[in-house]
Amino acid sequence: MKLIALLFSFIFLSSVYAVDIPMEFEEPEKQEQYQILLEELRCLVCQNQSLADSNADLAQDLRIQVFNMVEEGQEKEVIIDYLVARYGDFVLYNPRLNPVTVLLWFGPFLLLIFSLFMAYRLINRSKVEDVSITQEDRARAVEILKNTNNQENNT
Amino acid sequence: MFKYLIPLIVFFGLVILFIFGLNNDPRLVPSPFIDKPLPQFALPVLGQPEAIAGVEDFKGEVSLLNIWATWCIPCRQEHPLLVNLANNKDINIVGLNYKDNEIEALKWLDDLGNPYDLVLSDVKGTTGIDLGVYGVPETFVLDKNGIVKYKHVGPLTEEIINDIILPIVEELNQI
Repeated sequence: MKLIALLFSFIFLSSVYAVDIPMEFEEPEKQEQYQILLEELRCLVCQNQSLADSNADLAQDLRIQVFNMVEEGQEKEVIIDYLVARYGDFVLYNPRLNPVTVLLWFGPFLLLIFSLFMAYRLINRSKVEDVSITQEDRARAVEILKNTNNQENNT
Repeated sequence: MFKYLIPLIVFFGLVILFIFGLNNDPRLVPSPFIDKPLPQFALPVLGQPEAIAGVEDFKGEVSLLNIWATWCIPCRQEHPLLVNLANNKDINIVGLNYKDNEIEALKWLDDLGNPYDLVLSDVKGTTGIDLGVYGVPETFVLDKNGIVKYKHVGPLTEEIINDIILPIVEELNQI
């Protein structure tokens, strides 16, 4: 039981925010906006962490920057534009739709459509086609089959 | 016949994709400043706090802007290459000392040689943010009008200097 509790404590440890300087806003809306922004922005040093999670020095600087901008009452879009202008689209965890990211956004759907198309073709191909046959041909076929059967029986 | 070639084509397609993936370092984030002017900034000159310099100071000739710090270990690795470059080539090299201690930075230049025509001091790292710096050392190549033509993230190597940076500098010098 203790072991399980210990394991659980490790799981929750990782989700503790890396903010080492307490950043408190007086208004709860700003606090919320700040948290949302930090979750949506990527740390460039340790790329699979958001600004909220990262312990990197740069992430700390950027948190302070975002904090100040939120405190000044800047719009979310303005703050995001500020960071994109400096670090490029890569800072966004939720990338914008533009010529560079078109493939990122629609690629999976294209792949889905393509594979559905291939699957459709594959399924259709394996169906046996209706073969029309004339009466004489059928009679001939029966004849041939009979003959081969006889031959097999003889050998 | 074509039907049997499809797996082969798919296979080589994947091979090409994987080779492409292997040669691409995901840590290299393309700079949004390529072909754009370097953002405006004004910073004190290292060791001379009353002297302020900015983008204007290195217009007129092709420049390298090298972001470095004494706490940055790869910077120590690339420093001799910069000294060598400064001694052998006619390039304006500007240093940006990033989030560093001024005394240590001056000592570093005394000990290891100073390849820079000008060193600016960004103690708080705010200009670093404006320039999109995320991993020192970083090196920008700027044309005569202060337009960013190339950016290298990480320590410079002999190959990078000879195969990438110098050809760009030569090309820009001819314009």
